[in-house]
Amino acid sequence: MAPLLNVRNMTHFFGGLRAVSDFNLTIEPGEIRGLIGPNGAGKTTVFNLITGVYNPTEGVVELEGENIKGVETHRIADMGLGRTFQNLALWRHMNVIDHIRMAHYSQLTYGLLGAFFGTPKCRQQEKEVLDNSYKLLELFDIDQFATHNIGNLPYGAQRRVEMARAMATRPKILFLDEPTAGMTPDELIRMIEIIRQVHRDFGVAIFMIEHRMKFVMDLCESIQTMVFGEVIAEGPPEVIQNNPEVIEAYLGKEDLH
Amino acid sequence: MDIFLQNIINALQWGSFYAVVSIGYSMVYGVLMLFNFAHGDIFMVGTYIGFGIATLLLALFSAFMPGWMIFILVILITMFLASFVGVFVEMVGYRPLRGAPRASAAITGLMIGIIFETGNLIILGAQRFSFPPLIESVTYNIGGIYVTNVKVLIIVASLVMMFALHLFIKKTKWGMAMRAMSYDFQAVPLMGVSINVIAPMTFAIGAGLASVAGILYGQAYPVLDPYMGISLGWKAFVAAILGGRGSIMGAALAGYLLGFIEMFVPMIFPSTFRDLIAYSIILVILTFRPRGFFGMAHSTQLRL
Repeated sequence: MAPLLNVRNMTHFFGGLRAVSDFNLTIEPGEIRGLIGPNGAGKTTVFNLITGVYNPTEGVVELEGENIKGVETHRIADMGLGRTFQNLALWRHMNVIDHIRMAHYSQLTYGLLGAFFGTPKCRQQEKEVLDNSYKLLELFDIDQFATHNIGNLPYGAQRRVEMARAMATRPKILFLDEPTAGMTPDELIRMIEIIRQVHRDFGVAIFMIEHRMKFVMDLCESIQTMVFGEVIAEGPPEVIQNNPEVIEAYLGKEDLH
Repeated sequence: MDIFLQNIINALQWGSFYAVVSIGYSMVYGVLMLFNFAHGDIFMVGTYIGFGIATLLLALFSAFMPGWMIFILVILITMFLASFVGVFVEMVGYRPLRGAPRASAAITGLMIGIIFETGNLIILGAQRFSFPPLIESVTYNIGGIYVTNVKVLIIVASLVMMFALHLFIKKTKWGMAMRAMSYDFQAVPLMGVSINVIAPMTFAIGAGLASVAGILYGQAYPVLDPYMGISLGWKAFVAAILGGRGSIMGAALAGYLLGFIEMFVPMIFPSTFRDLIAYSIILVILTFRPRGFFGMAHSTQLRL
């Protein structure tokens, strides 16, 4: 059977700059994988290439055996890929529950006329979505903020809303771009629990970019390290941790210090 | 005092025109971050469509159908047809330019406007048409203030449409997508939302609203000409800026404010100074509040 996500020899150029070269990745259902690397290594670009924001110059990208290279983002999302952003792509001035309702967009199949006349199908679907939204809020421990404006939430809670929103689209694989960026130590511990819980309850595969070593080491079964657009090391956390090349990329050569 | 109250009615009427048209600018800006400078001319085309449908329906049905029924039919059919004009403008004019600098889109909008104006001249000629009255005008005298049923109808119909739009934006999944896009567009496709559905829908709503404004306008000021959309379009655009880019509520309120300023300035100053003073007031407001009433500070993403 085809793996959940299969990326082969993905290369991308921005003009003459080779931003990502020869990237390979296989994710099986239910796996948790990490992508680490110094700033500017091209990690977010890898996310953008797989999620259809950019079209890779070369390579193969498949989700459950189906090609998603060059496919529009909204189609890839419908095929089962969810994502969060490094700098929270939330909708200011919208309340929390509307964020989660919005994420059910593809599950609401009523048409314009149905909405206009308020048909039973339309009402039924809207009710199901609302119920499901509240369930998700509870799961992510943000139900007390349901009707609050998103901008008034603490930072950690905003991150959780973004994740709840991604989960509402019913992804098979979830991309997390630095899920702990800017979090306090308490929020960080909470986040580890939540990711474990999401993984356990939804059986979703997770692919994350993360800077905090402890966090990645705790959660991921396998980690890739990227430097200047190239993967220099790949393996389980303990191997990566002791890999001299990875240490060099993060800390610099020993003799220079 | 009588003149004062009389002016309020007139201001509400003109404010309704500005409000309904300016919403079209604001919605498109919210979704695509560009101003559709063809919108004034979409209003003109919508008015002509309304004129055609009204003439046709009156000829066919006026013998056995009450006037209000024809009026509603004209509005519904015109809205439907005019929405395709909006979709056409989006698909042909703006979609190919989505990745291009915003200035290209602005210039395209102006050109589409000119094409509509001259196209109308070529097809219908330079003669002016008169919009047939769909509602028999009745003037009421309420304590010295003259109110026509047409004016009341214009104000009420505009408010009803704006309320319906408000429900659409708040309640439906498309409305929510439109709101979401105006705050942060990168996350919206990840919800499975295609911009190629939401963008044309936004243009369709804007054009539909403008066409109804056109029919109502035609009831109050029946003379049609191909350039009728220019001045009203620019004023509605000013209202959209004043209300805050992308804010529908702001556009509507600013539309009414504009109506009031225009009506009340001539009470104090000579009427030839009307526009000069009205727009100077707006310039002053914008100097102190460049974002407009409800504009968001993070509209610095402006890609013009």
